[in-house]
Amino acid sequence: MVSRHDALAREPAASSNPVAVLRDFWQILRTGEFLGDLRVTLTELAAAFAIAASCGVVAGYLISRSQYRIRVFEPLFAGIYSVPIILFLPLYVLFFGLGPASKIALGATIGFFPIALNTIAGFGYVDRTLVVAARSMGASDLQLFRYVLLPAALPIILTGMRMGFTVALLSIIGSETIASLAGLGHRIVHLAEGMEMAPMFAYIAFVVAIAAILNTLVSALEARGRRR
Amino acid sequence: MTGEVAIRIRGVSHQFGEEGETRHVRALRDTSLEIARGELICLIGPSGCGKSTLLNIIGGLIAPTTGSVEVLGRRVAGPMPRDIAFVFQENALFPWNTVFENVNLGMIFQGVPRTEREARAWRALEAVGLKDFAQHYPAQLSGGMRQRAALARALSLETGILLMDEPFGALDEQTRMILGEDLSVLLARADKTIVFVTHSLGEATFLADRVAVFSARPGTIKKIIEVDEAHPRRPDFVTSAKFTAIRNELYALLHDEIRKTMAETSVSTLGGPAP
Repeated sequence: MVSRHDALAREPAASSNPVAVLRDFWQILRTGEFLGDLRVTLTELAAAFAIAASCGVVAGYLISRSQYRIRVFEPLFAGIYSVPIILFLPLYVLFFGLGPASKIALGATIGFFPIALNTIAGFGYVDRTLVVAARSMGASDLQLFRYVLLPAALPIILTGMRMGFTVALLSIIGSETIASLAGLGHRIVHLAEGMEMAPMFAYIAFVVAIAAILNTLVSALEARGRRR
Repeated sequence: MTGEVAIRIRGVSHQFGEEGETRHVRALRDTSLEIARGELICLIGPSGCGKSTLLNIIGGLIAPTTGSVEVLGRRVAGPMPRDIAFVFQENALFPWNTVFENVNLGMIFQGVPRTEREARAWRALEAVGLKDFAQHYPAQLSGGMRQRAALARALSLETGILLMDEPFGALDEQTRMILGEDLSVLLARADKTIVFVTHSLGEATFLADRVAVFSARPGTIKKIIEVDEAHPRRPDFVTSAKFTAIRNELYALLHDEIRKTMAETSVSTLGGPAP
């Protein structure tokens, strides 16, 4: 702590000594002080994505079953998604409090849209000839879903899930910086408000690294799922 | 016409949409036909004359506006996977499955027991000459091979009736010729009733026992021509006088109908409903 107060006396608020940042970065990793906030953020992300994915796929499938529903809901979803939904965070905090629940709810809301839209696109635009051919050979509804609709739609749905994951992560970290009691975004803002620049940059670097790792993992999963 | 009747078409007509709607089309007009077991009948006619519509009605994919179809004595009310198999023009193979998996899947849909599927699949692939390509994906095959695979899938279902909707329509002339000859050989061995829709005069003359010539839309059968030549048809049948005479007759019957269709098309592009 002493070294940080010295640094504060010497450095202007907007910048920081890279050596000090690196030193704090290693210290954070070594002491494991990031674990608490990381766990909060990752838990929020996992819960938000689980909700967004399950609701998104189910809603997308149900909507895709009728042309009328597609024509109603697809533009509706696309329109809502183009609005910065993070602006509704104060409402979510009002309903769910400052804890993880509001972050999960917001992340799930935002992550829902790309998943639902891609699911609609995936199931709704399967080549009609494939469906007709399957029916002519005697496929039941369940067989049609399992052997025709699902494999046809899966690549597009996986892309939607990757997009949903990315926006959920962004919105969770973002909303943590605005109104939260814990989590990586919160930690960064807390440090900024305390004028502790070097550790703040260290945490920012840490969050960037985590986000990059997670996105790489998810993209790899998507590619594997598409490779068939 | 000898032999038992496999398909009985009685007074079938069909329209898409209701009168007054922009999409209203009278596709087929009062059509009746009896198809004998084991015969190969070609449906030929100008574009939009309803031959594909009739094929789909026979196969139970469309319910006709009027009239009825009986297959093997039973009224058609929907797809009959045990009795009727389709071969479509293209895009009917599942692109995420290999050729073998495609053939296998057809049998899963039909309900063939697991123990029989593999043997039947290999028999069908052998019959169409695709044994060495069983593990390939459709995208890795040429158009002709894809249609062979689609045919193998239909054959593996071991139905009595095969409905083929311009199966070689997307292929080049040479591939069509080869596949036509192979089909004739294959079908001489199997005892199947086949309804084959085509645009090609030569293909119809080469393959068919009878050719049903359709008029322009709304189509009905204008005339039925017999082709009295044993199966399998030898390649030199194409150069014979009999072949030429039949083909010429088809040309004479069709030419005016095609002109009528094209004239209607050019008029209706001036703001009428699309053909």
